[in-house]
Amino acid sequence: MDGFPILTAMLLVPLLAGIGCFFVAANAARWLALMGTLLTFALGVMLWVNYEIGGPQWQFTETAELFAGFKYALGIDGIALMLIMLSVFLMPICILASWNSITKRVGEYMAAFLFMEVLMIGVFAAQDLFLFYIFFEAGLIPMYLIIGVWGGDNRIYASYKFFLYTLFGSVLMLIAMFWMVAQAGTSDIPTLMQYDFPVAAQFWLFLAFFASFAVKMPMWPVHTWLPDAHVQAPTAGSVILAGVLLKLGGYGFIRFSLPMFPDASAELAWLIFALSMIAVVYTSLVALVQHDMKKLIAYSSVAHMALVTASLFAFNVQGLEGAMMIMLGHGLVSGALFLCVGVIYDRLHTREIDRYGGLSINMPYYATFFLLFTMASIGLPGTSNFIGEFLALAGIYQASTWVALVCTTGIILGAGYMLYLYRRVAFGAQKNEDAAAMPDMDAREWGMMAALAAAVMWMGVYPESFLAPMRADIAALDARLAAAAPQGDSQLQVGPPRAQAANAIAFEAHDEEGAH
Amino acid sequence: MDYASSFALIAPELLLTASGLVLLLVAAFGGDKMARPIAILAAATLFGAGIMLLPGLHSGVMGLDTYAFGTLMRADAFALFAKAMIYLAAIGCLMIAPPYFAQAANGNERGMRAEYPILVLFAVLGMSIMVSASDFMTLYLGLELNSLAAYVLASVMRNDAKSSEAGLKYFVLGALASGILLYGMSLLYGFTGSTEFGAVRAGLSGEMGTGALFGLVFVLAGLAFKIAAVPFHMWTPDVYEGAPTPVTAFFATAPKVAAVALIARVALEVFGEQAAAWQQIVMFLALASIVVGALGAIGQDNLKRLLAYSSINNVGFILLGLAVANAAGASAMMIYLFIYVAMSLGSFVALLMLRGEDGTLYETFDDIKGLSSTQPVIAWALLLLMFSLAGIPPLLGFYGKFVIFQATVEAGLVAFGAIAIAASVIGAFYYIKFVKVMFFDEPVDRVTGKSTAAHWALLLITAVIISPLGYLLTPSLTDLADKAADALFLVS
Repeated sequence: MDGFPILTAMLLVPLLAGIGCFFVAANAARWLALMGTLLTFALGVMLWVNYEIGGPQWQFTETAELFAGFKYALGIDGIALMLIMLSVFLMPICILASWNSITKRVGEYMAAFLFMEVLMIGVFAAQDLFLFYIFFEAGLIPMYLIIGVWGGDNRIYASYKFFLYTLFGSVLMLIAMFWMVAQAGTSDIPTLMQYDFPVAAQFWLFLAFFASFAVKMPMWPVHTWLPDAHVQAPTAGSVILAGVLLKLGGYGFIRFSLPMFPDASAELAWLIFALSMIAVVYTSLVALVQHDMKKLIAYSSVAHMALVTASLFAFNVQGLEGAMMIMLGHGLVSGALFLCVGVIYDRLHTREIDRYGGLSINMPYYATFFLLFTMASIGLPGTSNFIGEFLALAGIYQASTWVALVCTTGIILGAGYMLYLYRRVAFGAQKNEDAAAMPDMDAREWGMMAALAAAVMWMGVYPESFLAPMRADIAALDARLAAAAPQGDSQLQVGPPRAQAANAIAFEAHDEEGAH
Repeated sequence: MDYASSFALIAPELLLTASGLVLLLVAAFGGDKMARPIAILAAATLFGAGIMLLPGLHSGVMGLDTYAFGTLMRADAFALFAKAMIYLAAIGCLMIAPPYFAQAANGNERGMRAEYPILVLFAVLGMSIMVSASDFMTLYLGLELNSLAAYVLASVMRNDAKSSEAGLKYFVLGALASGILLYGMSLLYGFTGSTEFGAVRAGLSGEMGTGALFGLVFVLAGLAFKIAAVPFHMWTPDVYEGAPTPVTAFFATAPKVAAVALIARVALEVFGEQAAAWQQIVMFLALASIVVGALGAIGQDNLKRLLAYSSINNVGFILLGLAVANAAGASAMMIYLFIYVAMSLGSFVALLMLRGEDGTLYETFDDIKGLSSTQPVIAWALLLLMFSLAGIPPLLGFYGKFVIFQATVEAGLVAFGAIAIAASVIGAFYYIKFVKVMFFDEPVDRVTGKSTAAHWALLLITAVIISPLGYLLTPSLTDLADKAADALFLVS
């Protein structure tokens, strides 16, 4: 792989395919988009295969002095690698999900998705602060169009809200970036991650970055754009929003806020914990009373992301690894759940939960996949989310037992609303005739679901594949944070090992009794 | 300093003067049927004058060698950079005018009048003198030459009441501003004993008296009127809406460059040692322009009025660069100005292309509903232009804001920059309304007319410049702008 600029290639393939989509007919655009995303996925697999675990922290680096004021610098570590894999894996599925449901202006739609892919890969691969900002912010344009042109009835309100909310969040971050670059004299992200900013300044810088990432994440109380955007976006748009765009916030925390402002992070951890606890409980309760399937899943996303933020600020390895695993797992599972909604929405054109019922009778395969993803969302052992949630809660417990207690109720409530959703949609009587007449999944839908299900199971059964590339980077981050890490309240101490096995006492007691 | 070298320094102005006078004779004898050849010759003249700027631009000339006629004018890198932008913008405006005036539906049966390109030429000559002025007398001479041509241009459609109204409003308010400016200049002359920039600067050093301060404020107010900064912006929406669209495109680009360059030179060179005295004024002008420009645009239904507010908003960002009062800020200003010219020219060309079968020009939001399905190329170009004006990356408009805010923060004005950038989000609201109307609404299919090759060419060129490809221009643009800014800060 030496010398081949694979990251640039991964940016160019979808870019060229996207430009091509403008000029071809509808069906050709679908195929072109599918081929483009599959080729990018293939490049992504090559990237993963050639990634050297335990090698240098930043691999596949490329630099070019193309612009004035900032550099074209790319490079990835294990964390970025995993998130890039998530993006390129979800993209072909998004294209397939829109295969039949998008009928107007197909070329432009496919182009918007391919540009989105370019920007997402760019965000994770950028090694220059301003290059990162450009990719980060540019995603607004295609997403605004995807929601606004191909969205549901209330799409215009949702698209405005999405655009202005996220724009407002980001501009303050730009000002903070200028200050940092003026202070540190470089816009190189790896250098900035090791730079010690003055503690007093860190506070303000942290808040500026927080404004942006909290909106993207989204954290309570600035999450309100998400349910609107999700509900109005087309299915594939929701998949990308939930699958990748929400991860930008988490990635921002792990790449910028924590390593660059460790002292401020520790100082403000209480704020993150408080907002996360509120979000976990509040949005879970809100999800419980939703009548719209997409809205329910959107609120569940907010709850899951709150768990991510809480565990990121636990300042320990378990918390950081757990946050990354939840992000990856949630990317797959929530994407899959939105696809499940999309499958039946394509048939009946409603997201009302009450319009369905008893689908396991006429759509058994669909019901099976839906069940699997429901269970994965709850965090059942053997699925991807279990790994993440377990690690995250273990990490949070070390930092604060109370936060861990409240966050765990989120898991219980999550089981509540997901099982309640599943019962109303898939079980019970077939009370609606048109819903009862829906055919089961076709080959295209099978393909998408099977791919996602395989990934979810793989991550649940053998998470080491995903944890191994990230381990060194998370350890480095943990070392960076060690000096600032606040004292946890659980005071876990490893005691001396027992002389005998725990059940040996009972056995001896019984023995004595017998001798007596 | 002998006359030969002085004339060599002002060769572009001489070329413009000579060809303007010759073309005037051609127009007098040839009549309106010569309008088209005259326009082509005028554009060629501007192009030729632009070529003359290249050697000086490239080497970044500055210092004593750039003074012409004693200290009356100076052709340093800053002036040359501004002139290059003015000439390019003027060529663009000459290209788009003939097809517009050729449409009978625009109330002008006789087609383009022969005076039009000549007036543009004289206006450009005035601007050229403005940006290379180094004496208040030269400054006023250039400013008035430009303004007089502009008043006539605004009312060039004599049968159209709106056009005449625009011209009259522009004239009355412009005269008022010139009066304010002259009053300020006379005060400065009274307190420093000279009209030459260097001497006034020297006279203002040290503690500044109230009288001189009044002079400074009046001069800045007069110039702020010319660049349409809030609170001296009231004429802009009316004039922009009333004037014929090619003239509006001209007003929004070339004179803006000249006036901004002029205010930069006056503030940084003449009042360079009194930065503390005017910095707050400029900060207020900048913030007020950003906010009022953004809020005023929200309720507009007429696209030309909206773009007028957008230009007010953009002037606010340009003034941010001035408020920094250092070379980095001046360089950022020039970069922003270049990008702004490309964006405005592109937007107005796109407006000119919104015509019906009979050539009627459409200019409200209702007319462009669903434009993306009926005229996809225009709609996508407008989408790029609007997102660029809003400063959303990866379009080049972001780069303009990028350099401006970087200069602001590096100079330590962090809070000021944060407020300004937060206010810029308000502006995004109406830019994305453009996109919403064109892309999300049901098509009305009113825009059916064909556009000429000149319009298409200009639209595509500006769209490519503001697209992400434009970032490849940034190294050379930064180089030129830095040289220009250095020339401005060279204290002679």
